[in-house]
Amino acid sequence: MVKTLALTGSEASAEAWRQINPDVAPVYPITPTTEIISKFSQYHADGKVDTEMMLVECEHSAMSAAVGAAASSARTVTATDSQGLAYMWEVIPIASGLRLPIVMQIANRALSSPGNIHCDHGDSMACRDTSWIQIFSETAQEVYEHTLLATKLAEHKDVQLPAMVMQDGFITSGNLEKVKVYNDTDVRQFIGSYNPTYSMLDLQKPHSFGALNLHDSYFESKRQQEEAMRNAKKLYLQIGKDLSKITGNKYDYFEKYRLDDAQYVIICLNATGGTTKEVIDRLRAKKKKVGLLRIKLFRPFPYDEIANALKKARAIAVLDRSESYGAYPPVFGEINNALNLLKKKPKVQSYIFGIGGRYIFEKDIENVYSELMRNKFRKEPQYIGVR
Amino acid sequence: MKKKKAGKKPEKVKIKKIKVKKPPQPEWKTKPIGGMIFEAGNSLKYLTGTWKTARPITNYDKCIHCLKCVVYCPENCIKAKNDKKDHTEYQYCKGCGICAQVCPVKCIKMEDEDKFQE
Repeated sequence: MVKTLALTGSEASAEAWRQINPDVAPVYPITPTTEIISKFSQYHADGKVDTEMMLVECEHSAMSAAVGAAASSARTVTATDSQGLAYMWEVIPIASGLRLPIVMQIANRALSSPGNIHCDHGDSMACRDTSWIQIFSETAQEVYEHTLLATKLAEHKDVQLPAMVMQDGFITSGNLEKVKVYNDTDVRQFIGSYNPTYSMLDLQKPHSFGALNLHDSYFESKRQQEEAMRNAKKLYLQIGKDLSKITGNKYDYFEKYRLDDAQYVIICLNATGGTTKEVIDRLRAKKKKVGLLRIKLFRPFPYDEIANALKKARAIAVLDRSESYGAYPPVFGEINNALNLLKKKPKVQSYIFGIGGRYIFEKDIENVYSELMRNKFRKEPQYIGVR
Repeated sequence: MKKKKAGKKPEKVKIKKIKVKKPPQPEWKTKPIGGMIFEAGNSLKYLTGTWKTARPITNYDKCIHCLKCVVYCPENCIKAKNDKKDHTEYQYCKGCGICAQVCPVKCIKMEDEDKFQE
């Protein structure tokens, strides 16, 4: 039985957790992710899950406890953002290096300083090279479904890497939306049980986790992680197909909105996709050939597929909600790499917007399309909404 | 003058050339994931002695067998037998020189490792 509920993005995350019923959830709440944890705590208190909730003393401990739990073959989840994620950072590459499929919810929030609680993607972009699978979601519905997909993908024996599921802090995480919640038994059947290759508590076959691997052996482990990422890219589609049998939705690497015949394309992540689609509909009514490519799977990054989807485009604008100070912003850099695979490379312009939760309006996006149509390209990234 | 100098000959050290055999390391396709280790005491196979740039050579004629070097060695690679210093396991010795430093009779000399390599 499919239930349609009014849920925030955070509640959608918690709903996914309830269905997954993880073994361990070491958590340390931080705005705006707090709501995920409070909602899940309610499920825990009501006896709807039999998860071991660990209320630890900081995010560093939360991720450390998650590593310990996952290494002991427990299905483990946690959630954080911004400073919490930054505080976890020391343990983030340990989780991936030990090949532990921890699934983490992130409601993106700007990094201090100055202090800020609103959305930008600086926090998860700072983790993009840590060998975590990164999936970005536009709506609460996507957050819910991506969490299920990420759990199955992370735990696959050819992957065994942790995953982050991103949503925009407050914009998605705090707003009520209509969310279809699928049948518990169907979802649990899809998720299955977690059978890791190695368990720390396997007393028949004891082994050491996290041993010293110096110059003569470390490199090989890192090469394996790269291979696992490549496997994750292939398996993302395969597992997505299995999930669509339950949900009926498609799980591609990116969303294409009126892209097939589009000449002017905007590329962005997360909730800004929704605003862009509104603008596209309005411009399409005026016979303007505009489209959107919204990336969902950011790590591993689908270079070939994106290049293929953009080969007919005349001009492209990449909207980044994070900065890479002193360099081009992260999404632009990846798109530029993807476009280099094409024989005839379309023109591409970088834009930076929404840092620290600065609003982006439909008129701003209309302006971006208008600049693309007027062939206005500049070497430097352009800022939307900065005074 | 020359004769006097010849009378004080520096101690001769017997230099035995050895080949250092490193255990083969697995390729990335066959290595266990996450750098995991399945057998106990496998650090014995990890020959840290290949790192050293200086090798401690003991003059056993001068050695008083106080076993200070045995206690101080951070690698536990100086071995004693029947309360007497027996030998140094060079395949694990990193050449830190602590044994030479603590020796009360200064019978351990740090020799350049290059001389021992083929």
